[in-house]
Amino acid sequence: MIEFLMAGAIMGGIGVVLAAVLAFADKKLYVYEDPRIDQVEGLLPKANCGACGCAGCRAFAEKAVAGQIAPGKCTVSSPAGVAAIAELLQIDAGTEEKRVAKLACAGGPHVARHRAQYVGLSTCRGAALVNGGGKGCSWGCLGLGDCERVCSFNAIHMNAHSLPVVNEALCTACGDCVDVCPKQLFSLHAISHRLWIACRSLADGQQAEADCEVACTACGRCAADAPGLIQIVNNLAVIDYSKNSKLTAAPAQRCPTGAIVWFDKEKGPQRGLEAKRITRQSPLPVAEADLPLQSATTTNEGVHHS
Amino acid sequence: MSLFGTKRLWRGVHVPEHKEQTAHLPIRRLPFPPLLIVPLSQHAGKPAKAIVREGQEVVRGEPIAEADGFMSVPMHAPATGRVERIAPAPSARGELTTAIYIRAYPGASQEVLYGSDQDITQMTPDQVIAAVQATGVVGLGGAAFPTHVKLKPPQGRTVDTVVVNGCECEPYLTTDHRIMVEYPKQVLHGTRVVMRALGVERAVIGVEDNKPDAIAALLQANADRPDIKIEPVVARYPQGAEKMLVKVLLGREIPSGGLPADVGLAVFNVATLAQIGDLLPTRQGLIERVVTVTGPAVSKPGNYLIPLGTPLRWVLEQAGCTDQAASIILGGPMMGPSVGSFDIPLTKGVTGVLVLPKKDPPTVYPCIHCAACVDVCPLHLDPSHLGLLARKDRYQDMEEIYHLNDCFECACCSYVCPANIPLVQYFRVAKQMNRERKAR
Repeated sequence: MIEFLMAGAIMGGIGVVLAAVLAFADKKLYVYEDPRIDQVEGLLPKANCGACGCAGCRAFAEKAVAGQIAPGKCTVSSPAGVAAIAELLQIDAGTEEKRVAKLACAGGPHVARHRAQYVGLSTCRGAALVNGGGKGCSWGCLGLGDCERVCSFNAIHMNAHSLPVVNEALCTACGDCVDVCPKQLFSLHAISHRLWIACRSLADGQQAEADCEVACTACGRCAADAPGLIQIVNNLAVIDYSKNSKLTAAPAQRCPTGAIVWFDKEKGPQRGLEAKRITRQSPLPVAEADLPLQSATTTNEGVHHS
Repeated sequence: MSLFGTKRLWRGVHVPEHKEQTAHLPIRRLPFPPLLIVPLSQHAGKPAKAIVREGQEVVRGEPIAEADGFMSVPMHAPATGRVERIAPAPSARGELTTAIYIRAYPGASQEVLYGSDQDITQMTPDQVIAAVQATGVVGLGGAAFPTHVKLKPPQGRTVDTVVVNGCECEPYLTTDHRIMVEYPKQVLHGTRVVMRALGVERAVIGVEDNKPDAIAALLQANADRPDIKIEPVVARYPQGAEKMLVKVLLGREIPSGGLPADVGLAVFNVATLAQIGDLLPTRQGLIERVVTVTGPAVSKPGNYLIPLGTPLRWVLEQAGCTDQAASIILGGPMMGPSVGSFDIPLTKGVTGVLVLPKKDPPTVYPCIHCAACVDVCPLHLDPSHLGLLARKDRYQDMEEIYHLNDCFECACCSYVCPANIPLVQYFRVAKQMNRERKAR
């Protein structure tokens, strides 16, 4: 009988001692945390996308409570959510112009030539490491949809011509597509930047046009149309967005290849009237006319098993 | 011969060699193409700086670009002609790199008139290193690492043995084989040059035993000199990788992320040393190299001495490609990059041009965890697990926990994978993503 009591007493004693330690630690090691951090975090979308520049929504909430960041910097939250956070913290919501990812390429396989056919791991990243992916233009979109896969907000979809289309309403400018694109074709731009050069090719005009029908050939008509706003740098038109308010659709109207587009609020990217019409829907054939060869890039796994 | 028979690599794979097509063919010159494209970056390290201008006349062998610092090598004109322009040119990596376009004069001589004699035996090691840099020689086994940099081991490291790599374990390639058969004296002379520069007394030439004529030629040329040992090894892929060869020949293991100098060694390819042995006594520059042009779709396969900067199109036209050709690989089929343009110039690092017929890509199945890749990986990595992590985009874990950066992409894992998983391509993507993440 005494053994039972002893066991109970020992365990109980240990329990009491440890409880005392815990009670002491709870008082002594207590860290005060603003309860509003939890409340703000609860109001955030919990996408942990990083578009605001913080390491996740918790970090954003801590900064917001400390007054280091305006609630409006969260581009994923709805305006009502931002207002709720501002109301809770009794601070100004702040305005952050919505930014979206934009693709600097319009060369789908129906307008851009392929030197060779890529066979292998079906990702842009894999293709880019095999001789640049086999596209004629070494700057162009490979169209295998790494950006579509990486987008957490379902804002990117590949269209019929294997080009990613960004849904401006869903895009939160988190920058995942910018990082994943092996050709660095995506960049984040304020939604008010309506005029857009949909080309990154630095090849000289003739080469650029031979590789892709919608390439910027650096003809300079846009620069003549909007002096000071558009410049030709390294065979490519470059827009000075610091003067964005002065930009109109006129340069897009004058572009002969359609490399300059105007993002219309309703209709999406619009090419100018002077751009040459492209009615072809099917991909251009992969061929080199002057050699009796079909060139195809393969992966290194193309080893002969005999 | 060691006590236990010929030395050999125990991991890796035995791949069908396919060398019979070109192994017996002597090295032959190709005519000059009308337009040579000499990229300024044909080597690992900083690109060279052009010292010619457009419209200038150049003589075969004349320097046309100078080394930009120690980690760089000069370039020499591969043919007498006129510099047409200095402009971007396509490269095997895909991006455009600056190149010097030289329009060769019709009927220009193959003879090299540029150069002057120099006596290596009177030179100090530093002078030898400078002389090697001036030749523009880089590792001709494929990596194109500047050779003179290897002659200056990092601070605190001493080299006691020179290892010469004559394995050529990649299928199809026979450039090193033919060089050893036809130029054994140059190989041995080049070996003595690097031994002198490094101040070492001992050298080992490792040659796979599927090249008995090369071993015989080297032994005959080296009959009375015991300082260079010629050691046959059992043929197996990837024995030609320097980490593997060093382990097989001398039992020394290069530490992870380390250099051969960390275990007191310097490793050179036979073709590199043959060029040094050939060029150094006459102060000439590297203007051509031996390239194996082969494959089932080539009608005139062979080992061709090709001027650097020759466009791929010219080589294929000269060697006679049949129209069933589909896939063109620069180098061996296991590691060489596949190219998608005929305008790519052949550079110092190209060991072969392999033309394979069209083949449907294999269907990729899920990993069945058979561990065939684990058995063959020469570096004792776990390619199966790395592949699974790559599919989940966990690139950082691959590097930090599973030693991704030790992988030298020998492709044994992809070769044996019964599910046809493109493991090496996954690893290349992962390495690229990690590099970009660190750069951000």
